[in-house]
Amino acid sequence: MSDTKRFLYVNRKAPHGTIYALESLEVVLIGAAFEQDVSLAFLDDGVFQLIKKQATTGIGVKNFAPVYRALGDYDVKKIFVERESLEERGLSEDDLMEIVHEDDEEEEHNSIEIVDRARMAEIMAAQDVILSF
Amino acid sequence: MKIGVVVNEGPYTHQASDTAYQFTKAALEKGHEIFRVFFYHDGVNNATRMTVPPQDERNVQKNWSELSAKYNLDLVVCIAAAQRRGILDESEAKRHGKGEGSANLAPGFRISGLGQLIESGIQADRLVVFGD
Amino acid sequence: MSTLHTVNKSPFERGSLASALAHALPGDAVLLIEDAVVGARAAASKTAEMMKAAMPACSLYVLGPDLSARGIPSTDVVEGVTVVDYPGFVDLVAGHDKTQAWL
Repeated sequence: MSDTKRFLYVNRKAPHGTIYALESLEVVLIGAAFEQDVSLAFLDDGVFQLIKKQATTGIGVKNFAPVYRALGDYDVKKIFVERESLEERGLSEDDLMEIVHEDDEEEEHNSIEIVDRARMAEIMAAQDVILSF
Repeated sequence: MKIGVVVNEGPYTHQASDTAYQFTKAALEKGHEIFRVFFYHDGVNNATRMTVPPQDERNVQKNWSELSAKYNLDLVVCIAAAQRRGILDESEAKRHGKGEGSANLAPGFRISGLGQLIESGIQADRLVVFGD
Repeated sequence: MSTLHTVNKSPFERGSLASALAHALPGDAVLLIEDAVVGARAAASKTAEMMKAAMPACSLYVLGPDLSARGIPSTDVVEGVTVVDYPGFVDLVAGHDKTQAWL
């Protein structure tokens, strides 16, 4: 078996109420050093992790949302967000922060892809390892 | 088959650690190899030797320690998550000036980095996550 | 590539089972463990219908020790859902290419 596997990090919980979103992000950052084929999935309440303009001073907690924007620097380029999860919560792509990565020519590309539920199921099915938080 | 196990919740509040233990035990008894059990999030709290549950109750930490001794199981506690929650081995306790005898890591467990979780995903044939 | 989906939340409390079933593909298996087993009772029509709709494309399982612990006899379980023990859980993990936990 080759040493490169397809890793999917599945995020289904809103941020701040629990530590899962933050500690999931920490795994993604550490995992980047292992040069695997990494994707991130945001569905159900997990879509709230990518909402822009999160302001956490009022709850006395460090805002880690800016770290998502740096994912491109860690070579994490595939971020899938489920369309139905957004719609069920009255959200759209415009509510999400912008996350980009550079290609070899230093040209910027959007890392976030909005996918429907059927496509999300296919993405999940195509993985070797699924880490859920 | 080589199986990796991840435990994301602490003992007693959630059933996750108990289910993970029963699963791991069953897998070992069936002759599978458990590549590693990785404790993350509040799961690191399974690794404190300071718990004193009532005698007629299961001792979750002891269950893991004994399973580790019997099968030479690799029980790894995430260092970042452990530091947040006050789980320290001898060298970490010393490094952070927590004083003599303050290390609380139970036998059979070791503290290491998140890379051990990724390695579990790479090396094991299956990765099974238990949490809340 | 088949997947074993594990669900550990009561479907009366959270959406994990609905979400797992909505993403499971034909040939996948879904295993109810811990509090999720309260959703396996045939007499609970809403959740029973949800599971029946997922079969036979997917195979559904429920962890027996968790049923017993919650006082649910295996005869009360939705028809077509298979009761397994911990060794059976291990077999399901080994028998599918990967496991996805719907925490």
